[in-house]
Amino acid sequence: MRDWRKEKVSFAVFGLPGTFWIFAFFTFPLVLIWIYSFCTSDELGQVVWEPFWSNLSLDAYSRALEWINLGIIWKSVWSGAVATVICLVMGFPLAMAIAFAPARWKNPLLLLVVLPFWTNLLIRTYAWIAILRTRGFVNIFLEWIYDQISGVLSAIGISDLPPFQPLELLYNQPAVIVGLVYVNLPFLVLPLYATLEKFDKSYLEASLDLGAGQWRTFFSVLVPLALPGIVSGAVLTFILAIGTYLVPDVLGGTNSLMIGTLIARQFMEARNPPFGAALSFLLMYTTFALLWIRASLAAQSKGVDF
Amino acid sequence: MATDVAIAAPVPVRRVARRPRPTPLEYGRKRWLQGVVALNFIFLYFPIVSLIAFSFNDSKRNVTWQGFTLKYYDQAFHNSGLQEAFLRSIGIALTSTVLSTVIGSLLGLAIYRYRFPLKGAFEGLIYLPIVIPEICMAMAMRSYFGQFGIPLGFLTITISHIAFSFPFVAVVVRSRMSGFDESLEEASRDLGASPAQTFFNVTLPYMTPGIIAGALLAFTLSLDDYVITAFTSGPGSTTFPVKIYSMVRQSVTPEVNAASTVLIVLTLTVTVVAMWIQSRSGNKSIAS
Repeated sequence: MRDWRKEKVSFAVFGLPGTFWIFAFFTFPLVLIWIYSFCTSDELGQVVWEPFWSNLSLDAYSRALEWINLGIIWKSVWSGAVATVICLVMGFPLAMAIAFAPARWKNPLLLLVVLPFWTNLLIRTYAWIAILRTRGFVNIFLEWIYDQISGVLSAIGISDLPPFQPLELLYNQPAVIVGLVYVNLPFLVLPLYATLEKFDKSYLEASLDLGAGQWRTFFSVLVPLALPGIVSGAVLTFILAIGTYLVPDVLGGTNSLMIGTLIARQFMEARNPPFGAALSFLLMYTTFALLWIRASLAAQSKGVDF
Repeated sequence: MATDVAIAAPVPVRRVARRPRPTPLEYGRKRWLQGVVALNFIFLYFPIVSLIAFSFNDSKRNVTWQGFTLKYYDQAFHNSGLQEAFLRSIGIALTSTVLSTVIGSLLGLAIYRYRFPLKGAFEGLIYLPIVIPEICMAMAMRSYFGQFGIPLGFLTITISHIAFSFPFVAVVVRSRMSGFDESLEEASRDLGASPAQTFFNVTLPYMTPGIIAGALLAFTLSLDDYVITAFTSGPGSTTFPVKIYSMVRQSVTPEVNAASTVLIVLTLTVTVVAMWIQSRSGNKSIAS
């Protein structure tokens, strides 16, 4: 690595375009909405700039503490947490099966895990509409089972069942959670796999040799030792889940707002950019805090001698 | 049930003879675990596969299979709105790719090569567009263009796409350069090449696989983006994903499935090529 002062010209040529772009078209917009978050807006949704200093306030942040908004924030956190737990329950066996699979199977299996996440996020999300809607695959399947049962019952002579009522599976919070699990599952499987892959299998052999059963070995040896990796993967999934905009927008109903949809609404229909900006920054601060926890966990897991 | 009973008696005996029982650590051969893995893959693939399959289904209502047809592809192809949005998406993706590749590659090289004050903080800043929630960036960009009266359209979409794409290119190029042997550059200088000759004949050829992989990544990121594009585009500048979204809002028809399938195939092809180039250049790091 060289000192920049020795090659000032090449350093400038290499570094300046990127530095310019990141400041002009990323940092500056963020700083702008950071300032918005301390301002007030008029009824047209325009931020009031004059007089600047005396108008600054924390009103937008205190609005986030109103009950209705706290409710939405709580719903996002809760949905994100439920989605993360479901991802863990589904993803852990998958990561384990890949980590303990024969070497020639590992790469094809990993490829199968990441392949869906190279397809467009919007398409992946709306694909669930066809599955969950009233005339969707799940309801058709349930109706078929229902008809079979109904047929059997009427054959034995018991009175006919009422006609099948399709379940309302779409445009509600469970649909949003299904979408969040679907979109984020690969993000959890990959770090779990990385953790289990570098795990020293002789610890498991030792535990099994000393007479512990498979379950005891799993919960007393594997999980505690792999915990930093598990938590780090779960934190990543949680971060991605609470900040999602598209999933609640496409699969959620009018009552399944999450922070992302609430933020967008403030800048658009609700005409309250300061409040939207304040919410954006609260979401970003949360993201950074969680990323910091994740980074310190990663540093800690390096300390464990696998 | 019937099959279970039939298997129960004779088969296990033969299996033991042919293949040893799984050892305690061969979790991949445990039946229940194989079942869980299969369920996971069904969960991951059923939505996409059914979506693609039903784009070939000869029925307006997307529920039961009525026979193979390509008419919805024909319909999507002759939908002038879709066509226009598709061409615009390709135009934006190409512009964004060229600029993000140049900016990102140079920056990746600068970060790899130089020590400078506040380098850690700067690298953190470069990662920001990758880690912050998309909706926050979308709103920031929209407010920024609105504040300065820049009309939303091709220009604003492209600027935003470059802003979130070039950091990925910088990361990929930088990780490619971490395997570079600097004595090659010294040798080139010792043998009388100028700094520019050294750059174009020694450094750049080594960087090339990273640059190509980064460019392909930038292309798919731009082509696939919905959230940031939706909020930085104006009425006359819908891109392909934005158009698909507005069609989905009306109803999910086989025509939308056909358009989506085209996009899936396009991005998958580009990504697979990028993966192949990266693995061939012996650099296993996939930006994720």
